[in-house]
Amino acid sequence: MDELWGVVFSAIKAWFTLVVLLIMFPAMLGVSLGITETYMKILVKTLKWATVRIEKGSEERKTLKVSSSNGLIQRLDGSMEEQIWELRGSRPKPPVGGDFTLSDVFYFSRKGIESIVEDEVTQRFTSEELASWNLLTRTNYNFHYISLRLTVLWGVGVIVRYCVLLPLRVTLASIGLSWLVIGTTAVGFLPNWRIKEWLSELVHLMCYRICARGLSATIHYHNRENRPKKGGICVANHTSPIDVVILANDGCYAMVGQVHGGLMGVVQRAMVRSCPHIWFERAEMKDRHLVTQRLRDHANDKTKLPILIFPEGTCINNTSVMMFKKGSFEIGGTIYPVAIKYDPQFGDAFWNSAKYNMVSYLLRMMTSWAIVCNVWYLPPMTQHEGESAIQFANRVKSAIAHQGGLVDLSWDGGLKRAKVKDVLKEQQQKKYSNMVVGEDSSD
Amino acid sequence: MGSRASSLLREEDIEEIKKETGFSHSQITRLYSRFHSLDKGENGALSREDFQRIPELAINPLGDRIINAFFPEGEDQVNFRGFMRTLAHFRPVEDNEKNKDPNAGEPLNSRTNKLLFAFRLYDLDRDDKISRDELLQVLRMMVGVNISDEQLGSIADRTIQEADTNGDMCISFSEFIKVLEKVDVEQKMSIRFLH
Repeated sequence: MDELWGVVFSAIKAWFTLVVLLIMFPAMLGVSLGITETYMKILVKTLKWATVRIEKGSEERKTLKVSSSNGLIQRLDGSMEEQIWELRGSRPKPPVGGDFTLSDVFYFSRKGIESIVEDEVTQRFTSEELASWNLLTRTNYNFHYISLRLTVLWGVGVIVRYCVLLPLRVTLASIGLSWLVIGTTAVGFLPNWRIKEWLSELVHLMCYRICARGLSATIHYHNRENRPKKGGICVANHTSPIDVVILANDGCYAMVGQVHGGLMGVVQRAMVRSCPHIWFERAEMKDRHLVTQRLRDHANDKTKLPILIFPEGTCINNTSVMMFKKGSFEIGGTIYPVAIKYDPQFGDAFWNSAKYNMVSYLLRMMTSWAIVCNVWYLPPMTQHEGESAIQFANRVKSAIAHQGGLVDLSWDGGLKRAKVKDVLKEQQQKKYSNMVVGEDSSD
Repeated sequence: MGSRASSLLREEDIEEIKKETGFSHSQITRLYSRFHSLDKGENGALSREDFQRIPELAINPLGDRIINAFFPEGEDQVNFRGFMRTLAHFRPVEDNEKNKDPNAGEPLNSRTNKLLFAFRLYDLDRDDKISRDELLQVLRMMVGVNISDEQLGSIADRTIQEADTNGDMCISFSEFIKVLEKVDVEQKMSIRFLH
């Protein structure tokens, strides 16, 4: 019995030593030993080979290639006015009593059916479809045909992912998180000298780097000269909770959010001790005025870390940017937009919170191949004179969408849970009414 | 999710749907995946709420009428077969379908069936006639609160007068066809499905 324990103990010791030596130390110092790079290279080659095999194996299914363009239908462009005018054709306008024809419903029917077949919003809340299979049995339904060699490869992949990568990543993540709690708590006891700030940043960076290794994150930062500076507000598009880890790998931010319970709560309480994050109680969150005021106070203090906000308010599946809530743009000050785009080939980073809870999401992440993502820092933006907060928010949103290669949508991400506001339907009715009776008499 | 979704669909079912609706194999599997993702109750059928959850449809002034077209009288669930049957009305008419075997029956995407779909949007009580009252109700859905009752009433009167040939103050389906004979129904009531 003792012998067995001895073996187990030394195995664990060897495991931890390896982890600490090969991953922790380099991570703390922010250097790379090239292990991740090599792993990524092998991965890319394997996936490429698999794609070629799939395409060869399915010669008869030529449609596969076409369907990788994703869309199911091609929508007609043009406004309601244009399309209905076209529909009515050369029909003369009746002299009295409003302009309506029985065929106007064709427009609404077609629009309606189009949205049933494919709509802009709901598909942003489910996982993105891939152009080629990435050997993870997820997200893609185009590839059921699997040859023997591919199946074997997939099997090996499962073993590697679950038996090697998963334990390694869990170890790293737990070390990272506990280090964060211990480190920030310890720093919290120091008096408010400059050294505290410095140490706090160091601890944060270190932990996030360890966590990032725990997800095998390969992050490419672009235009680092535009990194958010103190006393500003950093806004980014939101795909998953990992966004925070990704951004915090390259600088410290003051987080904004609701106080959570459980594990998250412990982490939050520890973090706030070492540097001023802004956590709100649930009840406080409802008081918009208070929230704005606290954020404004923070942003006005040029010595404080930039605030990190995800103005979409919910996770979107990495293909588009949805409406930015105007709150963050009412605070004033400089906005530092950041675009984050994950490479879906190596794993689906989107957190479908309606379907998975946090733990099973993290488990999926840790059993994926890797997280590869691009981060673009955009030039700082400020509100123009005479520009409303909403207009400003839209301008920032377009800039992010454009840079990240994401679709710029004006829909509210809140639709994931809530129903559409009646106001939007009324706008459609108003638009149509104007076509029937003309602009002037509508009021 | 996706891989599970399409494997629930049996090859025989696909063949039958293909025959009935004219959709291609890949269109059917893709639409099945869409059906599956709309099906929040995960019971293999869609309810009215499942449709209403699509924001773009919810803001469509005639959204409720369009949703209704999917549900046979008295039912509040639609399965994949029924879903596809309704969607098939919006398939474009292809050249090789025009002079098909006359015994095969009328395809779902024929001009007449497309018109029937539009007709039924107005025919609220499904009595195969559009009365003045039904027309008014549908008009009200389309314009909301923006147009006065009198004005809408005169629009309805004029529309019925124009269409009604037998003087019963209603629009029958044949009168409906007649009024819209110059409209390019085949094109306007079609969606460009890819692949």
